[in-house]
Amino acid sequence: MDLNYSSDETAFRDTVRAFLDSHLPADLQRKVRGHLRLSRDDYVRWHKIVAQQGWAAPAWPVEHGGTGWTSVQRHIWEDECARAATPPILPFGINMVAPVIMAFATEAQKAHYLPRILNCDDWWCQGYSEPGAGSDLASLKTTAVRDGDDYIVNGQKTWTTLGQHADMIFCLVRTDTSVRKQEGISFLLIDMKTPGIAVRPIIMLDEDHEINEVFFDNVRVPVANLVGQENRGWTYAKYLLGHERTGIAAVGRSKRELAFLKQLAMQQFKKGEPLLRDPAFAAKVAGLEIELMALEMTVLRVISEEGKGPGPQASMLKVRGSEIQQQLTELMVEALGPQALPFDPAYLEGEHEHSAAGDDLAAPLAAYYFNYRKTSIYGGSNEIQKNIITQMILGL
Amino acid sequence: MDFTFNQEQQQFADALRRWAGKDYRFEARQAIIHSDSGVSDAAWATLTELGMTALPLPGEQGGFDGTAVDMLLVMQELGRALVVEPYFATVFGAQFLKLAGGHGGVLQRVAEGGVKLACALGEAQSRHDLHDIATTATGGGDGFVLDGTKTVVIHGAQAGYLIVSARSSGEQRDTDGISLFLVPCDAPGVTVRDYRTIDGQRAASVTLVQVVLGSDALIGQAGKGWDMLDAAADYGATLLCAEAVGAMDAIFAATLEYLKTRQQFGAPIGKFQALQHRMADMFIHLEQARSMAMLAAAKVDTAEPVERRRIVSAAKARVGQAATFVGQQAVQLHGGMGVTDELPAAHHFKRLTMIALTLGDAEHHVERFIAQPGFLPSETA
Repeated sequence: MDLNYSSDETAFRDTVRAFLDSHLPADLQRKVRGHLRLSRDDYVRWHKIVAQQGWAAPAWPVEHGGTGWTSVQRHIWEDECARAATPPILPFGINMVAPVIMAFATEAQKAHYLPRILNCDDWWCQGYSEPGAGSDLASLKTTAVRDGDDYIVNGQKTWTTLGQHADMIFCLVRTDTSVRKQEGISFLLIDMKTPGIAVRPIIMLDEDHEINEVFFDNVRVPVANLVGQENRGWTYAKYLLGHERTGIAAVGRSKRELAFLKQLAMQQFKKGEPLLRDPAFAAKVAGLEIELMALEMTVLRVISEEGKGPGPQASMLKVRGSEIQQQLTELMVEALGPQALPFDPAYLEGEHEHSAAGDDLAAPLAAYYFNYRKTSIYGGSNEIQKNIITQMILGL
Repeated sequence: MDFTFNQEQQQFADALRRWAGKDYRFEARQAIIHSDSGVSDAAWATLTELGMTALPLPGEQGGFDGTAVDMLLVMQELGRALVVEPYFATVFGAQFLKLAGGHGGVLQRVAEGGVKLACALGEAQSRHDLHDIATTATGGGDGFVLDGTKTVVIHGAQAGYLIVSARSSGEQRDTDGISLFLVPCDAPGVTVRDYRTIDGQRAASVTLVQVVLGSDALIGQAGKGWDMLDAAADYGATLLCAEAVGAMDAIFAATLEYLKTRQQFGAPIGKFQALQHRMADMFIHLEQARSMAMLAAAKVDTAEPVERRRIVSAAKARVGQAATFVGQQAVQLHGGMGVTDELPAAHHFKRLTMIALTLGDAEHHVERFIAQPGFLPSETA
């Protein structure tokens, strides 16, 4: 057992740091550090910078544009990106639809879509959840009925993250209603500009437009956009679950946010002393820091076991990782006390340089807290993750 | 980065597990606990034969120079089997002698299994602060005289020698002025009163009245014992973390098995989601604790003192929380069986609870973690 990075890994980390130092635009870093909202252009700009370097899809096979890095190197990359406060590389293309395309799509589909995903030429969004199909995803009702060389798609998807920016959506649709619900689902790639698609914003509790409903009204989708075989879509969707998902723990991001929380708590006062010197508050922060240390080790343990089969351990990382993310935002708000109340969405959108109440560090944090209640709900709620743990790991 | 254990480490663990599975089963352990001595000479002989007493000791004294990572595996197995022999007390005591150098003869006898050690560090008022010492050491040069009372000395009555902390100078809670001594249990003026502990072990109250010691009884430097005491306590806490992980592994497996076999309402109770999610929570606690026990074991031997304190305190705090949670939930999930003396899991629960209170509880270690440089952001940040 040796828990230190090797000299090669340390050298790799230095290379990554040098790249981030020289290539991460200061305005993007400022937004991410300061919890401001990112525009479509912000995401795309950073993605293209990373793609230019050849690092946009580290986990992909080299022949498709992957880096050939080890799992530890990929972890270092993610950790350093989080530390430097880069915008995220959105998962919908690179991490979610691409692995399915690689595993199950035709050569023509691979040749068309993969380079465009790699370079962020298409913005992808996910069409899984429906109003009646949340945790019970397989009960989805959006239908695709074969008509000549097309499917006619009708139905509604929801919780579509950043779908307002999307060029393409990958959808689970029902192609056979006569069989067990898991067996009549297909995996379709749909151009968002197709007539009959309507996107309606869902405004979140922090007044951010982050998610959407997507309506399909007799939308014609070429059969050529089917991935794999008809009615095998559930298998493909589940394939994703077995894919590399250690990033779901968001340890790097939480380490950055812990440092932010400590700074914040040094700038807030209780009885004339910095709040972080208050034993009760310090104990909460320390408890969280220790939990995060443990989670980082757990992530590294899971990474080191990679190759021994898909990891339902990702469910454990998701539960603890999301709880830590939420507790960080909760402590930020607690640190602010009444200073958490001012709300200035125009400042969050970058429309003016300073927030209305004057404390720019504090201004986004209550919104951040409320927004981050999502983390224990999305991507399979934490209760669903616990079901996965009990069924897949514990065999109950 | 490598989380695997080498073949030799695995062999030690396997040998221990085989022995415990054969000769240290629940009933045998119960008999030992209720025997007059509270320990088993046969078990000690086997532990010695298996190389466990030699493992952490220096090669010079016939040991194997085992690392804390080697000991992680050993302690996990002892925790799993709930071994009540004075092994932890002995290797914890040996750590003081290792850190100080000298006392090679005693170390050699420890390696051979010929003598056991115990650590007389705590006092009635000291709680988790090992620098809170009222026991006095007077003299210097050609000898010392010890006076005081040490409480809850784990396996004190089974030991040949005690590691005793005493104050040579300074105020009762100062870290400066602490001296450490190797005291033969049969030295005139030493009284050891043996009793059972709730988790099946033995401990003792040790009174020291005008105990006269030669200058060779001193471990390390007079008045400068704190850093060694602090470092050795971190080593001990690391071993306890490992023992707790082994005990949690066992209690978790037993609970899982119970959920799969116990039928109510016409189904195994493990089919009920309220219980399933409790198990999932226990699983996460256990894995987080395992991670911290591994981190502490990997770092305690070599890390700089600040980093060592930070990591070991984080580990002991986190493992302590997990021990309490996993133990309590396991009992709850066993229903009425969980609160009986006949259920092994109940004994794991008791041991886990006491580990959490030994060498610093979670609150103590969170405070210590906060006190380390680096917790507060630097002025320039």
